Amino acid sequence: MIAFILKRLIQSVIVMLAVALIAFSMFRFIGDPVNSMLPENASAEDRQELREQLGLDQPVTVQFTRFVTGAVQGEFGISYRNKRAVAEMIAERLPATLELVLAAAVFALLLGVPMGIYAALHPKGVLSNMLNVISLIGISVPTFVTGILLILVFSVWLNWLPSFGRGETVQIGWWRTGFLTVSGLKSLILPAVMLGLFQVTLIMRLVRAEMMEVLRSDFVRFARARGLTNRAVNFGHALGNTLMPVITIVGLQLGAMIAFAIITETVFQWPGMGLLFIQAVSFGDIPVMSAYLVMVALVFVAINMIVDLLYFAIDPRLSVRA
Amino acid sequence: MNTTTFPNSPLLSVRDLSICFDTRHGPLRAVDGITFDLAPGEILGMVGESGAGKSLTGTAITGLLERPGRIDRGEILFEGKRIDTLSAEEMRRLRGRRIGAIFQDPLTSLNPLMTVGQQLVQTIRTHLSLGKEAARKRAIECLAEVGIPAPEARIDQYPHQFSGGMRQRVVIALALCAEPSLVIADEPTTALDVSIQAQILDLLKKMCRERGAAVILVTHDMGVIAETADRVAVMYSGRVVEIGPVEKVVRDPRHPYTKGLMQSIPRVGSNALRLTQIDGAMPRLTDLPSGCAFHPRCPRAFAECKRTKPAALPVEGGHVACHLYQEEPV
Repeated sequence: MIAFILKRLIQSVIVMLAVALIAFSMFRFIGDPVNSMLPENASAEDRQELREQLGLDQPVTVQFTRFVTGAVQGEFGISYRNKRAVAEMIAERLPATLELVLAAAVFALLLGVPMGIYAALHPKGVLSNMLNVISLIGISVPTFVTGILLILVFSVWLNWLPSFGRGETVQIGWWRTGFLTVSGLKSLILPAVMLGLFQVTLIMRLVRAEMMEVLRSDFVRFARARGLTNRAVNFGHALGNTLMPVITIVGLQLGAMIAFAIITETVFQWPGMGLLFIQAVSFGDIPVMSAYLVMVALVFVAINMIVDLLYFAIDPRLSVRA
Repeated sequence: MNTTTFPNSPLLSVRDLSICFDTRHGPLRAVDGITFDLAPGEILGMVGESGAGKSLTGTAITGLLERPGRIDRGEILFEGKRIDTLSAEEMRRLRGRRIGAIFQDPLTSLNPLMTVGQQLVQTIRTHLSLGKEAARKRAIECLAEVGIPAPEARIDQYPHQFSGGMRQRVVIALALCAEPSLVIADEPTTALDVSIQAQILDLLKKMCRERGAAVILVTHDMGVIAETADRVAVMYSGRVVEIGPVEKVVRDPRHPYTKGLMQSIPRVGSNALRLTQIDGAMPRLTDLPSGCAFHPRCPRAFAECKRTKPAALPVEGGHVACHLYQEEPV
């Protein structure tokens, strides 16, 4: 077990270094940031000064080493646009994105898992077929369309929910949360639904397919042959064995949702990391973009690690092998 | 419905049972009017090729037939009561408690995420009103009875920590823990090593004899039947072609199909260089021949065989369904 964790940690470090290299080198091709930072009539001396200030005059290897050592300490340099520490800006925006993703994931799981179980247990049922058709729509319609539709219906026509922003927030330490105020929670609903809707359909279809597979397996038939109640067979025996692949996918999707949040945050003007990234892209703000890329990669790696550890908790077969 | 029970009444009585599958091209009859009785404590072997309908018959008796399969004719009487018309809930109470089942593959028959003890305790408590501690005690006893060493320690282990043979012992313990009076064992040794097979068969036989439980032993291995069963039913293409005491059927088979089966078994001490085999394969359900389903492969077929299905004729201790014996029953 410990050997397994160590191995995964080393793998994670390699992955992160690779991402750092990509983040670092890819953004070197975007163009000279100095051009966009200084007014057009700036003198050559001004340019050189800024360049030295930003460390852009150093050799590439030195720049990369500085980038990595900085990143390890949570230091991503100064934003070209805002002239503020990038780490500070990310820390400011991170809670908004994480809360949004968390709410969307909870929404997706609470809806997707029961729907999937129902569809698996009643494969020929009318409701199951309806769920299947609806989920097909959910999976095919682009998220920004559902977002705009949600705004149209619930903000414009019904005027129930706000169409942009986070509402009022409460500061707890460095974390600014929207969970504790009514307007914060109301503002969270539409973006979370938009971000989670695709995941609902994905999780439902996954749970349904996996569970139908498990329901056909020998041990489920044997459990039925022993006269166990349907409840015990379906939920005690079948569901547990369905969860492994579901956890894998949900874990991966959590990472994907953080990445997809860019679209949701743009539609709802949600002040999270995604919006920060979009603004950074339009300005060519390299430190912010590379920091964002590294952050997202870190979240992915961390989630994967947690998923692997969850396997050990669920499947007794693994603890023997490792 | 026949509810009277008298001492010599059969434990299980299958009457003209037919199972068909509804398909897009109409119903396909997989089991066609089979009839047999099973006495309490008796071991009946059911032998036949894949697709002969032997497993389906077992599945129908446990009430676990799945759509699109259904019983379309006949009845199943268990302890004098009709069970093929019971509700799902009534049938569930019977399963495990009165009718146990053992499946082919011990490697996949157990839930990998639950300990052996959890699965046993759950089954015991479903059928018997025992507390947690009592059920656990009984589970340990069950494991000891099926010959698992150190059951107190092994009860808390997971299925993957057991070998194939040991897992089949656990499966037998699970099937018998609520003391059913009928056990349907569907190919219980097919997935096991030959050396383990005999042990498991002996165990199954011993356990059922001790409890007075009857067994339907479904297999395609005539050797297994010869060693274990009291009577044997030979199935071909959804029908019982011959049924009778094992020694009788093995020594002196009547039906040409049974004869062919016996000739294809290698015998120790025989100096035949080649084994005779039955030419051809069992017909598909979609393409059944007219009359007796065996006639295209039968070395002794005559005109009548193509025209009508032979009825079951009583012979010494059993029945045979073949036109050869039609006029002058032996």
